Amino acid sequence: MKKGLDKKKIAARAARELTDGMYVNLGIGLPNLIPEYLGGTEVIIHSENGLLGMGPLAKEGDVDPDVVNAAKQPVMMQPGAACCSQCESFAIIRGGHLDMTVLGAFQVSEKGDLANWQVPGDRVPGVGGAMDLVCGTKCVMVTMTHCAPDGSPKIVKECTYPVTGRKCVNLIVTDLAFIRVTPEGLVLEEVAPGFTAQEVQAATGAELKLASQIRQME
Amino acid sequence: MIDKRFESSMAAIADVTDGAVIMTGGFGLCGIPENLIRALTEKKVKDLTIVSNNIGSIDLKEGGAYGVALLFKNRQVRKFAGSFPGPVAKTDWFLEQYKSGAIELEIMPQGTLNERVRCAMAGLGGVYTPVGAGTILAKGKEVREIDGKEYVLETPLKADFALVKGCLGDRLGNLQYRYTARNYNAVMAGAARITVAEVEQIVEPGEIDPDQVHTPGILVQRIVKGEKYEKRA
Repeated sequence: MKKGLDKKKIAARAARELTDGMYVNLGIGLPNLIPEYLGGTEVIIHSENGLLGMGPLAKEGDVDPDVVNAAKQPVMMQPGAACCSQCESFAIIRGGHLDMTVLGAFQVSEKGDLANWQVPGDRVPGVGGAMDLVCGTKCVMVTMTHCAPDGSPKIVKECTYPVTGRKCVNLIVTDLAFIRVTPEGLVLEEVAPGFTAQEVQAATGAELKLASQIRQME
Repeated sequence: MIDKRFESSMAAIADVTDGAVIMTGGFGLCGIPENLIRALTEKKVKDLTIVSNNIGSIDLKEGGAYGVALLFKNRQVRKFAGSFPGPVAKTDWFLEQYKSGAIELEIMPQGTLNERVRCAMAGLGGVYTPVGAGTILAKGKEVREIDGKEYVLETPLKADFALVKGCLGDRLGNLQYRYTARNYNAVMAGAARITVAEVEQIVEPGEIDPDQVHTPGILVQRIVKGEKYEKRA
C-alpha cells in the first residue's frame, strides 16, 4: 500500500500555515513538532497551563520543575515569555486572542465538528483544555492521520464520537491531504505526493469538493 | 499583630474533617501543595471531595503515587471535580474504585473549572461560557443565546479548604508564585472558607515588593513553610 506523509512532513506542512507574529497553541504530540519547521518565522507559543513564549523541551541540567508545558514536561521559556494564572490563560483562549490552535483528532465532520476528547467506552473521561481551545481560537487546525489504524475514515459526515466542539475546525492536514472547511463543505486543496484526488476521496467518509487547482503537499 | 503562620503542615490542616471539600492548586505536579497533601494522608481523613485540575501523578515504572494521587490511592476520596484525571485514571487502584462507584467524577473543561472557582472567590452567582455548548458536558445545564451565540451557565465551585502553594509568603498571607507554578494557586486562593498556603520561604512583610504580590494576603487565612519539597518534574 502507498504511504502518505510521515509525521514530520505533516508537521512541516502545518508549519507553513503559521505566519510572523501569530500567537499559537500547539497540542500534545504531532503539533509539538511544528516549531522545528518554522525557520525564521517568529510566533509566540501559548501553553494553557499559563505560559506565553514557550520554548523547546528542557534538556537535563536545564530542568526547572516550576516551568512546564501542558503535557507537564519541563520546558524552556523564550526571551519575552510571560507567565499567568489559569484564569488569564483561559481568558486568552476563550476571548479569541489566540490566532491559531493546532490539535489532533479522532474525527472531524464535514461541518467542521471535532471529536478529540473521548472515545466511547473510554474507561475514565478527561477533557482538559480541548473544549476551550476549539471554542475561542480564531483558526483551528487539525493534524492527524487520514484514517484510523483500522482503515476507517476519520473525516466523516457526522462524528460518532462525543464532540469537543461544533463547527470549529478550519483546516485539516493529514498524511494524504490538505483540506479547508468552508461553509460550502470540505474543499480539497492539496494531495500528498503520489496520490490522486480520487484516492483521497476514497479514503474520506464525507464528500470533498475540489479546489480549482489541486496542488501537491510540500 | 497579624500572624497567619502555622508551625507545621499538620497543624495548618488540623481541623479538616471527613467529608470536607478540598481544593488543591497545581497543574500536574507543578506548583502542588505537596506538604499539605502529605499531611492529609497522615491525618487519614476520608470521604473527601477533591477539586483540582488533575489527580496528581504516578510513576508507571516504580508504581509510586504523587500529589493528590496519594489521597486516591489511600482511598480517602469520594469525589473528584476537575478536568483531566490523566494517567492516574489508568491505574488498577483508581479504576477499581471508579468502577465500584466509590469515586464519583465530575469532569468539566479546564477553563470552566477555573472560572467556577473564580466565581466562588469573587462572589459571583455563576458564569455563562460558550465552552461545552453542544457537547455532552453541557447536558442538563441552562443554555442561553447571547448575541447569537450559545452560552452554558456554570455555577460557583466552593470549597471548605483551598490548599495552595507559593514560592514566597509573609505572615500577612501575601503570596508570590514562580513561573508556571502560579496556575490554579492564584485562582483557588480565596475560593474556600479557609485558604491554607504553603510556601518555600517565609519572608518579612515588605520583602515581597507590593507590585510582585500575586495573591494579596486578605485571601489567605493560614500560611506555613513547607517542610520538604520534592518538586518532581
